[in-house]
Amino acid sequence: MILFLYALTTSLLVAADDPGNGGFVGPSVDEYFPQVLLFAGTPFELNRITLIRLIAVAALVLILWLGTRKLKLVPSRGQATMEFALDFAGRGIAIETLGEKDGKRFAPLIMTIFFLTLALNLTGTIPGLQIASTGLIGQPLILAVIAYVAFVYAGVRKFGFGRFMKNSLWLPGVPAVIKPLIAVLEFLSTFIVRPVTLTLRLTMNMVAGHMLLALCFLATGFFFNLLIQGSAWGALSAGTLLLGIAFTVLELFVAALQAYIFAILTAIYIQLALAESH
Amino acid sequence: MNLVGHIAPLAFGLAAIGSGVGVGVIVGKTVESVARQPELAGRLQTLMWIGIAITEALCFIAIGVAFIPFPAP
Repeated sequence: MILFLYALTTSLLVAADDPGNGGFVGPSVDEYFPQVLLFAGTPFELNRITLIRLIAVAALVLILWLGTRKLKLVPSRGQATMEFALDFAGRGIAIETLGEKDGKRFAPLIMTIFFLTLALNLTGTIPGLQIASTGLIGQPLILAVIAYVAFVYAGVRKFGFGRFMKNSLWLPGVPAVIKPLIAVLEFLSTFIVRPVTLTLRLTMNMVAGHMLLALCFLATGFFFNLLIQGSAWGALSAGTLLLGIAFTVLELFVAALQAYIFAILTAIYIQLALAESH
Repeated sequence: MNLVGHIAPLAFGLAAIGSGVGVGVIVGKTVESVARQPELAGRLQTLMWIGIAITEALCFIAIGVAFIPFPAP
């Protein structure tokens, strides 16, 4: 996390610097707003990131379809991998958190969130694509709204609106004097902070990761140019390239971790809404 | 020396100190408790994620501060 903050800060400072003549130009947030490629002026505008998003979703659908098409009792290696992934998302996240009955009910939602987020996050490290479309706030926002609607729906469906609000705001075991204060705080944390943090956690992790990778590889290019011109500073390009490769591996891990966190938090919020009193 | 840049990352850095320590304590304590009572691992993990989500919220509020249009002095 510290590295991420460092990268974000550095890139902001570097981007604010005047490039001057031949100086180093760092990455900037503008990379998330590229030029329009197709259908300019219509609601179906396509730019590089939306195109990558469509490719990622198509790849995901294709992999899931091909992987579950011919199921055998003795699984091949591909089927075993697919079974592991589906079991991890369905049993490991949904049923472990929500229990057998409710877990089966909400497993499709949670698995969709997990696999979609994972696929979109992984495009951040695939060479040639190199940008995670979850870094644009719209995608995590939609997913967070879906999670929000899901846990409010789960609670209201089970208890009815009044008892659901009472369960989540009017906590038992709190002294009666400060109960209204706690209720206000609980309202803020449950109905406002939850969706906002779900959105920002995913977005900011992906933006910071992209900045980190872009900074490393841009610096490699810059120092390599110096090396060609015969400057000793060019030797630094080897270091930045190695750092770039190391951070690519880290980004693969972060992509999976963020998908897991988003899915498990959705499951936990649904579980809290379904609990009798917490 | 002239430093050019936005001051918001500093606010985020300061907020990150606090939530970094907080998340560290939560995860460390969870590991400790699971080592003592491995059979409670599932429930403790759920509690850990809730705690992390709440602690990290402070960090994200600090990010949000950068986008609040404060009046210029």
